[in-house]
Amino acid sequence: MTRGYRSQLAALLKRDLKVALRRRSDVINPLLFLFMVISLFPVAIGPGPDILARIAPGVIWVAALLASLLGLERLFRDDYQDGTLEQLVLLPCPLPLAVLAKILVHWLLTGLPLVLIAPLLALLLNLPVSALPVLLITLLLGTPVLSAVGAVGAALTVSLQRGGAVLSLLVLPLFIPLLIFATAAVESAVFGAPVLGQLLLLASFSILTLTLTPFAVAAAVKVSVN
Amino acid sequence: MKGLLQHRKLRAPCGIIGGICASFNKGNAVISTPSLLHAEGLTSIRSERTLFSGVSFTLGRGELLHVEGPNGAGKSTLLRMLAGLFSDYQGCIKWLDGQAATSEEVRRQTLFLGHKAGIKTELSALENLAWQQQLDGVQADAWELLEQIGLLGLEDIPAQQLSAGQQRRIALTRLWYSPAQVWLLDEPFTALDRQGIQLLEQRMQEHLSTGGGIIMTSHQRLSVPAATILLGAEVVNHD
Repeated sequence: MTRGYRSQLAALLKRDLKVALRRRSDVINPLLFLFMVISLFPVAIGPGPDILARIAPGVIWVAALLASLLGLERLFRDDYQDGTLEQLVLLPCPLPLAVLAKILVHWLLTGLPLVLIAPLLALLLNLPVSALPVLLITLLLGTPVLSAVGAVGAALTVSLQRGGAVLSLLVLPLFIPLLIFATAAVESAVFGAPVLGQLLLLASFSILTLTLTPFAVAAAVKVSVN
Repeated sequence: MKGLLQHRKLRAPCGIIGGICASFNKGNAVISTPSLLHAEGLTSIRSERTLFSGVSFTLGRGELLHVEGPNGAGKSTLLRMLAGLFSDYQGCIKWLDGQAATSEEVRRQTLFLGHKAGIKTELSALENLAWQQQLDGVQADAWELLEQIGLLGLEDIPAQQLSAGQQRRIALTRLWYSPAQVWLLDEPFTALDRQGIQLLEQRMQEHLSTGGGIIMTSHQRLSVPAATILLGAEVVNHD
């Protein structure tokens, strides 16, 4: 049975990645947005390296958070409209597993590229090189949380006509603890203070959301296709 | 857990809201074999409006049930209920002699095709077929399927460039390889041309002759012998 699930999940992953690659703009737009926001800050605030380094952790994280909201609405929207979401519910494999596959795809298309371009963003904002590893770790731990919690909101609002605004209102407050601990960790790294505590907290956020949200998303999807 | 909310026997007479008329005119149905699906006292209330109440029927092997009724009578709701997509109802659905509606085996044995095609329009017919087969856990010759459904030569064009009928055909291809016993088809003839309808009816006949069952909605007159479930207030004379 588990073997059967695995091939189904692999099929889901492959299909979603293929569809996303046919629509490259959806993948590239959030990254472009992120890049624009980050490059506007030095222009607006002034290129004083001290101030930039001081605000860099917060700016990068806030921009990452907003960028992740950009494509979130579409996470289940297309599937809902073309009927594949119904078929997903009807699969013999447990819905939370199938939903986890969708969250993984979303992370691969939004979170991972963000982690990859983060060194460049850090450079633009003059973040000390010593703090760069910590920034990358917070992003690696935090972006799956963005995808997973975002998926709950996306699944809840998928059947609404214009769910985008509600979605943002719904998930942004849930991102705040993540934002606080992630930026605190990077700031501590900038000042050379210990960061292990914050990173462990972030890791536990990550594990907690990845284990619990698939069930919430599955329930929300069932309500939405009802 | 889902389907067994209440076990009530509520059989409303014909002509009253949500009444059921079952006229089995298929003489050679095998009665002794266990039923594929048995529903009793299905009642749906949406937004404080009773769509239908006390609908009871049995789907045996080799039987086709045609759900009929005016627009808004709850035909799609009934099918979605049976498929397990819609759980806000009263009544009892028994699958394959007594398993709950969410169990894995039941899902393997049912195939639901709704109003929405359930295909990815960014992908070609061949790609759609390939991943759908992987999801269904079946391996069949994709080229043969494409030929049967009449999409040969269009297999690598993204589905969004195909017509509605052709997209429908991609979705319907599942019927040609699925091992599911019970088909729940919501308006399967939508957008199909005359030849496509003929093709589908032929396939449905094949499925019935191998002991499968079909519950479908359609405003078309069927050439396949069918029993009728009539939903809605007015009794339509169906011959």
